[in-house]
Amino acid sequence: MKPAQRRWIFLIGAAGLVAFFLWGLFGLPGFGRYPGPYGFIINSIALRQTYATGTVSAVNFGYRGFDTVGEEFILFAAAAGVSTVLRRLRGERERSAVDEAADRDVPPTSGAVRMMALILTGPIVVFGWWLASHAQASPSGGFQGGVILATAFILVYLAGEFLVFKRFSPVGLTDAVEAVGAGGFAAIGVAAVGMGLAYLTNFLPKGQFAGAVSSAGTIPLISFFVGLEVAAAFILIVAELLEQTLLIRRGDG
Amino acid sequence: MQYFPFVVVAWILAVGLYGIVTSRHLVHQIICLIVVQSSTYVLLLGVGYVTGAVAPYYFDVKVHTPAVDPVVQALALTDVVVEAAVTALLCSFAIQAHKRFGTLDPQELASLKG
Amino acid sequence: MDQLLAFVVAVPLLVAAAITAAGPLLGRRRRLLDAIAILAAASVAVMLAVIMVRTAGGDEVYWFAGIRPARGAVIGIDFEAGSLSAGLALLAALLVTAAMTFSWRYFQRVATHYHTLMLTFLAGMAGFCLTGDIFDMFVWFELMGVSAYALTAYRPEERGPLQGALNFAITNSVGAYLSLSGIGLIYGRTGALNMAQIGVYVSRHPASQLVVVAFLLIISGLLIKSAIVPFHFWLADAHAVAPTPACVLFSGVMVELGLYGIARVYWSMFGQALGHRAAISHVFVALGVLTAVAGALFCFRERHIKRMLAFSTISHAGIFLTGIALLTPLGLTGTATYVAGHGLVKAALFLCTGIVLHRLGSVNETWLHGRGRHLRVTGVVFTLAAFGLADLPPFATFLGKGYIDDSAWAHGLPWVMGVFIACAILTGGAVFRVAGGVFYGLGDAPSEDAEMAEMASEETSETGSDKQRTPLTMIIPPALLVACAAVIGLITQLGRAVQAAAIRFEDQAGYNATVLAGAHIAHPVAIAASESTGITVTDVLTGTGSAAGALVLACLALYWRRLPLLRRGYEPGAGLTAPIQRFQSGVVNDYVTWIVLGLACLGGVLALVVR
Repeated sequence: MKPAQRRWIFLIGAAGLVAFFLWGLFGLPGFGRYPGPYGFIINSIALRQTYATGTVSAVNFGYRGFDTVGEEFILFAAAAGVSTVLRRLRGERERSAVDEAADRDVPPTSGAVRMMALILTGPIVVFGWWLASHAQASPSGGFQGGVILATAFILVYLAGEFLVFKRFSPVGLTDAVEAVGAGGFAAIGVAAVGMGLAYLTNFLPKGQFAGAVSSAGTIPLISFFVGLEVAAAFILIVAELLEQTLLIRRGDG
Repeated sequence: MQYFPFVVVAWILAVGLYGIVTSRHLVHQIICLIVVQSSTYVLLLGVGYVTGAVAPYYFDVKVHTPAVDPVVQALALTDVVVEAAVTALLCSFAIQAHKRFGTLDPQELASLKG
Repeated sequence: MDQLLAFVVAVPLLVAAAITAAGPLLGRRRRLLDAIAILAAASVAVMLAVIMVRTAGGDEVYWFAGIRPARGAVIGIDFEAGSLSAGLALLAALLVTAAMTFSWRYFQRVATHYHTLMLTFLAGMAGFCLTGDIFDMFVWFELMGVSAYALTAYRPEERGPLQGALNFAITNSVGAYLSLSGIGLIYGRTGALNMAQIGVYVSRHPASQLVVVAFLLIISGLLIKSAIVPFHFWLADAHAVAPTPACVLFSGVMVELGLYGIARVYWSMFGQALGHRAAISHVFVALGVLTAVAGALFCFRERHIKRMLAFSTISHAGIFLTGIALLTPLGLTGTATYVAGHGLVKAALFLCTGIVLHRLGSVNETWLHGRGRHLRVTGVVFTLAAFGLADLPPFATFLGKGYIDDSAWAHGLPWVMGVFIACAILTGGAVFRVAGGVFYGLGDAPSEDAEMAEMASEETSETGSDKQRTPLTMIIPPALLVACAAVIGLITQLGRAVQAAAIRFEDQAGYNATVLAGAHIAHPVAIAASESTGITVTDVLTGTGSAAGALVLACLALYWRRLPLLRRGYEPGAGLTAPIQRFQSGVVNDYVTWIVLGLACLGGVLALVVR
């Protein structure tokens, strides 16, 4: 189709689709008038049942934990896909002579960037870890903490060179950590089955104080594994993408 | 204005789809896909809101205080992280496509036709 | 509660993670890696077979994390397994096992990623079939999708896979997000994500505008996945370039899962609420017939064997949709049986094509003419599978088609039978043309189409070495699959058993009671009278007729230059080239445009019909 034709056909179709969608949206109860009952029931029983004050995490890793296993494996499959598609192919060399020459023209990293990156790396690791381990207490959890943990590694890339970043996160290890994270979550479910309960039942002791770090049974444990997996997945993805900057120079040097 | 957020949802969806359809750059197209998914986040979070209610975190708030729906927040937060990874997968297709075809224009990727 | 239902999904996921974690160890021990993966898939198949048999007398519900309904509402996630859903998941597991056996040792693999992606694909398919929660269904749909995108782009050193994967990914993602919008919409009204609970709420309140819109949006993603016209353009692109084992899964079961999803969403959630059964039925029957005819026409014209099989899948998807859209137990029975037969036979066809690719290095029908003569066993299996595709008795495809035809006839749509015979003749004819030309050297080579030739010859071999013989692991799976398809058709009790399962599937009140109240429904209430599942003379005649017609058409296509009538240069199918190319352009912008336009039209029609 010619672009102009396509635009017209699309505009007609979109007008219809949007009108149809709006027609349905106006059947909703109105913004701010959530009718329940799912949210209201969870809000009233989650604290009592799971000892988690962070209800969203209780939903994510407890009541709808099985959904989260699936989502986590989507992440896992996507990372595996990126590794497959961006693998080194025939005719591509990883480090051409140009890249390794001693007198190559290295654009200097700005001193300010280097300093900020190095100063921030430590606190960000701690912050990410804190987020990942406090799923049951506050608006945090494995997903959020994992992404922030991954950014700490990316700061290493910003502060220095790509090769240093690669040394910190070798592919085999990152792959393995990712798999342990994903498999760990699924395995916790199986552990519950091993105890005669349904898959992913919260079988660990709930702790004394709701919202403490060591409370809410399996929720913080699952959150920990999720954090591992998400962090490893994003480090892997970024490493693969950055590696392409080396590989794209086919036929050089 | 009770339905304003939902009108925004439909608008974002339309904008994203328009971007995909008229795109001449693969990365632009992939980002427009993210825009389409953003409309679903607005929808999910919008339907779960309760006027005058607090966040569903009971650390310092008593249990029976009216709170917003935690379920949609849980759905949206996992979706955001997963979408980032799926976008990375699509971008990796784009990188390889650029290497093979020499162009990132979806209308020039002509090896499959008919 | 029996834990088997949880293991069906947990096992492939755990094995996928374990394989990746042990990557460095397993990377070189290919046979061990293959064996582990095949064993995992086979064990899932066995579990699903057990579940399918066990649920023949009543559906089983499994509550994850032990969270049962509280205060009359469902707050957890459940798996709701019936014979039909377990049976479809079983087909998926069988095809994954066959595909991985086929790729034993010879397939070019990248570390452990191929096995990981196949296993996550399997987990996604099994979870999609068994789940009783609409958002959970979306999650497994996404998992299936992502694994499929990655598998399609498996060989990024060629141009085709990248374009195919991009088209596939963008169109299906748009569909997934539209479905999610529908889920958000229905959640905003009902406050529930469980299908039974939504069904109960929605049927108690009069069909409002929101219900219609939510229904269309939720099935939009499923319609795109099922490759229904005009949402089908991505399928041919993806099939042309994906590696053979992936094609087996796409055509054999992934497309059918989309149709299952549509049936499930309709029967478990929106059936009672939408009402207007006859009108809705007519709308979707029309869509199904359109798809069947378009797919058949495109199929006949193709010279790229994998793309041809892809278009034949589109045609069959249309037939399946019609069977579901008749909204009767016999129609659903027909679709279920046909899906089983078609999945097995189509998988065998793709695997044989993979053998041809391995031995001869091409899937271009024109180039391959006469070169497959020494592949005798493959030729036989391929031809038998082609008979299965053309609905010859006693294949399961013949049974399924017969049921759909009978149901259509009984509901005042007798012309449907004629249309489907024509489609079977066209698709069967194309496949017989390939069989005759490639494996037996019959007739004159089909005329060269420059673009087709270029596209097909870009498909370089996906296997490593030793092209002198066809390994047993490559030829035994398709042979077994074809044999299964024939044997299933011979089981006399099959029709009645499947129809009982279909009646149970369509009983919304029973489904709701089973999930929400833990009831055990021994005798489901049928929506329409259950019809006879005996094989009539008409069925046998139409089945044999389509097979015969397909053979005749194939002969015409192979020998047309020698026939005086056609000698004036009119080759069957040549006139279709230009219009087809204009639509199937390979540009994803076009595909999304058609999706939007198609949904707008469908939405308008539904809005008018349900008012």
